[in-house]
Amino acid sequence: MATVAETPAVERNYLNQGEGILSWLFTLDHKRIAILYLVSVTMFFFLGGLFALLMRLELLAPRAWLFNPEDYNKLFSMHGIIMVWFFLIPSIPTTLGNFFIPMMIGAKDLAFPKLNLLSWYIFMFGGLVTVFALIRGGVDTGWTFYTPLSTTYLNTYVTAAAAGVFIAGFSSILTGLNFIATIHGMRAPGMTWFRLPMFIWTHYATSLVLVLATPVLAVTLLMMGVERVFHVGIFDPALGGDPVLFQHMFWFYSHPAVYIMVLPGMAVISEIIPTFSRKPLFGYDFVAYASMAIAAIGFLVWGHHMFVAGLSVYSAMAFSFLSYLVAVPSAIKVFNWSATMYKGAISWDTPMLYAIGFLGLFTIGGMTGLFLAALGIDVHVTDTYFVIAHFHYIMVGGTVMAFLGGIHYFWPKITGRLYPEGLARLSALIVFVGFNLTFFPQFVLGYLGMPRRYAAYPAEFQMLNVLSTAGASILGVGYIFPLCYLLWSWKYGKKAGPNPWRATGLEWTTASPPPKDNFEVSPVVDGPPYDFGRMREELHLG
Amino acid sequence: MAEPLALILREQFHEPSQQRETATLGMWIFISTEIMLFGGLFLAFTVYRMYYPRAFIAGSADMNIALGATNTAALICSSFTMALGVHSAEIGSRRFLNLFLALTMVLGAVFLGIKFTEYYLHYLDHRVPGPGFFFAGADASKAEMFFLLYFIMTGLHALHMFVGEGILFSMILRNRAGSFSAEYHTPVVLAGLYWHFVDVIWVFLFAIFYIEGLHLHKW
Repeated sequence: MATVAETPAVERNYLNQGEGILSWLFTLDHKRIAILYLVSVTMFFFLGGLFALLMRLELLAPRAWLFNPEDYNKLFSMHGIIMVWFFLIPSIPTTLGNFFIPMMIGAKDLAFPKLNLLSWYIFMFGGLVTVFALIRGGVDTGWTFYTPLSTTYLNTYVTAAAAGVFIAGFSSILTGLNFIATIHGMRAPGMTWFRLPMFIWTHYATSLVLVLATPVLAVTLLMMGVERVFHVGIFDPALGGDPVLFQHMFWFYSHPAVYIMVLPGMAVISEIIPTFSRKPLFGYDFVAYASMAIAAIGFLVWGHHMFVAGLSVYSAMAFSFLSYLVAVPSAIKVFNWSATMYKGAISWDTPMLYAIGFLGLFTIGGMTGLFLAALGIDVHVTDTYFVIAHFHYIMVGGTVMAFLGGIHYFWPKITGRLYPEGLARLSALIVFVGFNLTFFPQFVLGYLGMPRRYAAYPAEFQMLNVLSTAGASILGVGYIFPLCYLLWSWKYGKKAGPNPWRATGLEWTTASPPPKDNFEVSPVVDGPPYDFGRMREELHLG
Repeated sequence: MAEPLALILREQFHEPSQQRETATLGMWIFISTEIMLFGGLFLAFTVYRMYYPRAFIAGSADMNIALGATNTAALICSSFTMALGVHSAEIGSRRFLNLFLALTMVLGAVFLGIKFTEYYLHYLDHRVPGPGFFFAGADASKAEMFFLLYFIMTGLHALHMFVGEGILFSMILRNRAGSFSAEYHTPVVLAGLYWHFVDVIWVFLFAIFYIEGLHLHKW
């Protein structure tokens, strides 16, 4: 073969097959839809991050100095709404999941490509409605929309914001439906359930939660909207309603939603750790079952958000017990990832740095979750910064770290280019340091009794708050770095080749970026996943 | 003539059976999401039924049982004609498929016509929740919640009926264009699944809103 000249012959791939903006807006290719989602969720991430930064600025001083308390209420509400529904829930499934589920199971596309595109349009429409609420004056209910505050007392754009979330919910449902049908129906010959990469198992569990929990949120927000718009009683106690019913229904969705957010992170980690340890995933079956157990038990623990809302002691005890139980499969995963690394040939590439960061931070987030599942401790720290720190360790320390790790890991496949490794390692370090500096002081603050959702606080908490704000600015830098060098590398990065990490899995057997139909020849699978031993043999023979 | 199979098979699938099974699974998943959607409303109904039993039974006694029962009969018959339609599609009879789809649509339209007549009668009786609501008796505000749930739940169901009518209409158009055959008729089967599901929801709605207060009904 001739060597590559200055202007190499352009291969046909999904990126250059079809020109112009319309070929993207009307694409049915799961890979292009994944890119559309990636651009959208990145925008929402930085929008939500901006609100967070403004909140941290406000909290530099004990008195409300930058915003008045009403505006501060809007800041944390919009931060929560944007981050939960427009970044964390769609983040990994709609981007990496959309791109790699068909490739990992050896399919040409998802089962329903048109639904896939529709889900993106619905998502964007919901996002626009929410951004409209934001521009017109914002919303200050908190992301939880608790009644009767949301339905009777507040005079902000509650209905519009809830409508945006309601609409975006249908995009979640369509994505979950598409994934389940795809994983059942589109697997390549020989790709049995126990030959699936763990990424697939975990997305399958996520999708089950998506399709079963999201409709409940939709109907809850619908009832809330009816009560607010028509001033008729459903949840408002003054009108004969039961506000605790709203909380039950809201958390029946929103607790499983935590697993919608973190399971895909686990999916990414389960790919990265074997690749950079050169060992098969330890206890594959157990990790698969643990994913399903998290999805199932996750539906039974919502009451732990309501320990101080008037639950009976007995149901609180049951929910407390079940909340301990759901920690077991999560712990199984952490142990199995650690055991995968044990005596592995570990290389410290950027995705692995993020994965190891995930392991530590997710463990801290999970363990502090157990504090909160304990009835007595929960009464002490509920509605304090302890809770904030706990779920940011899961959501940011877990999901966002996994998202960044996954983006770096799959970047060569998505774009065909390598990112600058040194810079990437540096920013992984910045993210890790910035994250811990932001959120660890919040554990202390919460334990000392600083309540969440206030613009002002007693002066003795200032030191820890300044630390946290300093951390947030470092974290912001850590997030802007990858945005810059990844975009740069898309055009100027080194060519990656099909398998830069020497990873297993069908997605690495095809060109980078992949052709429109993913594979030149439809693949056939004849062995287990993560078979590095066989890969070594083939390299030696080959 | 029916389209050749190669045209019907979408490019992401390898063979027709795979396409059919995947599409059917997709519809079942969709139906489970619908069950969860209505489930939230049934939960709310159950909770408030438990809080306010007297008002809810009084509200139920106020329903027009004759119209409700007629509607139930219409929907059950429509499920029957839909099943016959699916059978016609399976044996490849386009004429009967057309007939049964049309009959199902007519029965669905009867249902919607009666449902909106009922709504209008409720409106005349001041049973629409809000400032104009009126209900004789001590439990008026609790009965208002009964009627609110009634309007939300039957309204959401009626919305599903409208969607169902639209789906049936598009099935008729596609059948007239010759899209379906004994080999390929998955969309008809899926439309049937959806239609039956919406019917089943109504059976539950009928039970909780109409039958419960029957013993107090003023004939």
